[in-house]
Amino acid sequence: MARGGFLASTMIGFTRALARAMASEQIARQAGLLQSLDPRVRVIGLFTMVLAVMLSRRIAVIGALFVVAVIIAILSRVGVLMLVKRVWLVVLGFTGVIAFPAIFLTPGDTVAAFAGGPVRITVQGVQTATLLIARVETAVTFTSLLVLCTPWTHVLKALRAFRLPQEAIMMLAMTHRYIFLLVETAGQMFESRQSRTVGLLKGAEGRRITARSAGVLLSKSIELGNEVYLAMQSRGFRGEIRILSDFHMRSWDYLGLAAFLFAGCLSAWIGR
Amino acid sequence: MHIPDGYLSPSTCAVLYAAAIAGWYSALKRLKRMLLSRVVPLISVFAAFSFVVMMFNLPLPGGTTGHALGVTISAIVLGPSGAILAISIALAIQALFFGDGGISTLGANCFNMAVVASLVAYASYRLIAAGVGIASRRRVVAAAIAGYLAVNAAALLAAIEFGIQPALFHDARGMPLYAPYPLSIAVPAMMIGHLTLAGAAEAAISAGLVAYLQAADPALLRSTAGVLPATEAASAIAPAATNSLPRLWIAVALLMVLTPLGILAAGKAWGEWSPSELAMRKSAGQAASVASNSVTSSAPVGLQRLAKLWTAPFPAYAPTFVKSARFGYFLSAMFAVGILLLVSLVAQLWVQRRREVGHS
Repeated sequence: MARGGFLASTMIGFTRALARAMASEQIARQAGLLQSLDPRVRVIGLFTMVLAVMLSRRIAVIGALFVVAVIIAILSRVGVLMLVKRVWLVVLGFTGVIAFPAIFLTPGDTVAAFAGGPVRITVQGVQTATLLIARVETAVTFTSLLVLCTPWTHVLKALRAFRLPQEAIMMLAMTHRYIFLLVETAGQMFESRQSRTVGLLKGAEGRRITARSAGVLLSKSIELGNEVYLAMQSRGFRGEIRILSDFHMRSWDYLGLAAFLFAGCLSAWIGR
Repeated sequence: MHIPDGYLSPSTCAVLYAAAIAGWYSALKRLKRMLLSRVVPLISVFAAFSFVVMMFNLPLPGGTTGHALGVTISAIVLGPSGAILAISIALAIQALFFGDGGISTLGANCFNMAVVASLVAYASYRLIAAGVGIASRRRVVAAAIAGYLAVNAAALLAAIEFGIQPALFHDARGMPLYAPYPLSIAVPAMMIGHLTLAGAAEAAISAGLVAYLQAADPALLRSTAGVLPATEAASAIAPAATNSLPRLWIAVALLMVLTPLGILAAGKAWGEWSPSELAMRKSAGQAASVASNSVTSSAPVGLQRLAKLWTAPFPAYAPTFVKSARFGYFLSAMFAVGILLLVSLVAQLWVQRRREVGHS
């Protein structure tokens, strides 16, 4: 828990989420390799790369794909330091904890034995842990590149290429808008509570405050939903959804798509 | 519980995407039966709410904190279909916008945390809180248990998905290609944290929210409350009935006063003739149409016979003891309304008695 209790740690979480969202939007607006491609190509292309990472069984191929991801990140003006802090270290911490016991638990050829023999490091164990970490790091890097280099509105429009129902796309768009509003509202509620709190709260009192805050937020959300519904009705909305799509594929986009598909298929084939 | 990319094989992801798509399709189909313009903003707002609630740090016993999923309160307020869509949208935004949870594993995450958790939460809440009032303490307990079960059901599914990977996807030497632990390790490793911390967090937030809604906005709990006790169900409709009853009485009284208007109409309503009136009309018709041999001046035999079967107490809306036709109309209206009220009162008493017998 952060110093200052759960109220402070929740507020820090809100601030971090907002800061990350703003940073992503800024990167997405810069001129770079991924940003120059049609959003549909970005979504399909990076998803193909994630799929290639998942299909590859060789650490060398996954390593090569990781290098490709780093090159794409540099060409798209995504800072490597940002990737280190925001993606690689976080994934290493999470997946490393999960993968580490596999070094000892996976049966296979013994490399080293401890405590007189029962605790053993195996070749297969080391390979399993390395493969898992490499796979997750590379796949999450490609996913992060999509998130960082594509404005949310473009992601939504690109999703139409996958024949998603328009209702779903509309709900995704509306939810995204409300999230920031509700994060701000919740942040203000917690800040207000924190400013009136002296000392540390007991666990039961903390749970009661959190549940009440969530309840107030729920009531406000429902009220907001009703207001939006009335506003939509007053503007003539009758359930028919139309989403404008102004994307046009150029030869550069076709080239990018072909490059992604080629790289993905080649990696999956070599790494099979 | 958010499974990142790389932990599950592509075929596992494909199967779980298919399962999640079935859940989304079914939920969307159910909700489309409702007013779509009403549902879209409600689900969106609830998805945003669930997203924000997932960021709340909840203090737990032992000095640690946990995060709730928000799926239980969504299932309690919106029902399972609404909850499936709201939580799926929150998870999709986490994956696509915040990079939390994988893209390839989005189907698995939605299947575990949105589809299955919503259904478990809804079913257990309805089962435990069946037949109790909105303000009942049992609803708070039901929400807590539902939250605990939902989160642990989702975690168990995730553990099984992890646990089957080494058995199904390994190389020629037996080296696991994805999540490395078998079920015997994956299930306990995953469940220890969820049976203690995550389950407790969801239980605490769900119970707290239901208790808050019971006091602040009980109407939100009604849609999934099921059959309420007779007293509460009656009290739920009582305000509307109380408001509309005086208006109904005024309208009935006005109509009764206006009933003599019927005698202003000239002639007899078509088809409502007595045998003698019909015979008179036929005689008049005979004069106009001599060509028709089949028409006689008397009414049909069947009509004459059936006309004697029942004699009305107030023939032509005019009791014999009343000389004024207008007052006779008014009296007939009062008499008819009185009979209808009496019949409805007897029926109401009968239904009430049957309900009391059923409850006892």
